[in-house]
Amino acid sequence: MIEHFLVGLALLLGLFGGYLIASSRWRGKRSERPQQVHQILLPFTGTEISRRALDAALRLARAEDATLMPAYLAAVPKQLPLECAIPNEAAKAMPMLEAIEQRATAQGVPVDARVERGRSYRHALSRLLDHETFDRVVVSATATGGASLSGDDLVWLLEKAPAEVLILRPGPEDHRILAV
Amino acid sequence: MDRGHYKIFLGMAAGVGKTYRMLQEGRAEAEAGRDVAIGYLEPHKRKETSEQARGLEVVPRRKVSYREVEVEEMDLPGVLARRPQLALIDELAHSNPPGLEHGKRYEDIAAVLAAGIDVFSTVNVQHLESLNDRVAELTGVRVRETVPDSVLGTADEVVLIDLTPEALVARLRAGKVYPGENIEAALNNFFRIENLAALREVSLRQVAEDVESKRLTLHVPEQVGTREERVVAEVPQAVGERLLALVRPHPSSQRLVRRAWRSAQRLGTDLDLLWVKKPGRPIEGDVERQVTALRQLASVLGATLLIEEHDDLVAAVARVVRERGSTYLMVGESLPRRGFARLREPLPQRLMKATPAGVDVRIVAHRGSKGEEG
Repeated sequence: MIEHFLVGLALLLGLFGGYLIASSRWRGKRSERPQQVHQILLPFTGTEISRRALDAALRLARAEDATLMPAYLAAVPKQLPLECAIPNEAAKAMPMLEAIEQRATAQGVPVDARVERGRSYRHALSRLLDHETFDRVVVSATATGGASLSGDDLVWLLEKAPAEVLILRPGPEDHRILAV
Repeated sequence: MDRGHYKIFLGMAAGVGKTYRMLQEGRAEAEAGRDVAIGYLEPHKRKETSEQARGLEVVPRRKVSYREVEVEEMDLPGVLARRPQLALIDELAHSNPPGLEHGKRYEDIAAVLAAGIDVFSTVNVQHLESLNDRVAELTGVRVRETVPDSVLGTADEVVLIDLTPEALVARLRAGKVYPGENIEAALNNFFRIENLAALREVSLRQVAEDVESKRLTLHVPEQVGTREERVVAEVPQAVGERLLALVRPHPSSQRLVRRAWRSAQRLGTDLDLLWVKKPGRPIEGDVERQVTALRQLASVLGATLLIEEHDDLVAAVARVVRERGSTYLMVGESLPRRGFARLREPLPQRLMKATPAGVDVRIVAHRGSKGEEG
């Protein structure tokens, strides 16, 4: 009887020890894993975004196992401090980010969203470039539903962005937008 | 010497009747036998206001030379020397020209109160420092003369002079606020219905918050007495809501923050975000990026990000809930529990037990776990 008990106890201790070793190794491996940044930036403004730009960004993200970084660019009027709360802009940005995340998640693409403030859309984008890392930028050249960046802004983006910039040509599907 | 009693009449915009009401109450005090004097009055050429001031003693203004122009200001030494029981001093946010005793009129008022004189004064909501940005964003108009919010906190009474936007516009059209030639310009700029509606909401909320903060600073003695008295004492506890969302430096927390912000907007309440960090773990690499992103998001939304270092998540949350007076707690869906963690009670239940009774805990589901369709 005592022998059975001792064998049972030894078995339990063995299992517990094995669990501890396995979990510590798993944790160790996880912490050793390289912090690979692989992100696709999708800047936008307002309450709509080109479906073509979003779909292109999602296709790329899926193919490359990347994270989609939708970034709402907010232009803060000059009379306000740049870092002030912007509830009106936030009221536009939050539902849009929610809608994008919903679409991305349905396609199995992880999302890491941002809201960036600036004196202009270009300034907001410039601030984003300063502190975020990404491998690609997807913007639409269409006037409707795009990132609301002007032609000059797109040229500027091509020069300054430390990443591949994908500018979508205007197309027949440009009337399709994701809006809230 | 006891400090004087301080009453502020707060309005959403010029023309709602703050000065009129201040004079009306001052007149009533005078009729009741108190010694009342006008320390400073800005009638803005409004006939009704001037009529309301008639018969009340006015401490003469003093003339001050500023940038080679002679301006008239409140005579603080004159008011102190006259020493009425109650002084009516209009527009507490006014900036004095250089060379006077204080830079701001609310500082003059503090001196009058310190002399034991009661004061009635007026201010518009956009002059409050913390609301200045919000009001400017809502209306596109920024005022330069601001006062710290604490000024409102020093008042013994804050009276909101409320008027519907439509009624104020009607007053404006009738020429009761500005002279005829300025009416159209005012209607097309600041006095638009949507501006006034937003300002009215801000004013109402400000007074509600002031009442709430005064309630929180009151010392509540051990509750004794009849059941009815206890119920009455507990009623104010139910007035204010405050939302606390439990976050971590991970992209999935952003959805939680968005949800929490939306709820806070609906409740018209403030939002706090709390990350309980394990002691000794450095904030670097990806964690740092995510903390920066959370901080940025909190700043955009006007929320407060709190970072607490604690070994025990539940104990830390319970402490913050008590300190901040939170009434709602929002948490993300827990990750699937493995190993011995399965034996522990789930986090929401532990939070419910640790936080004060009446704090609601809401769980926000991970979108990914449900495979929602877009």
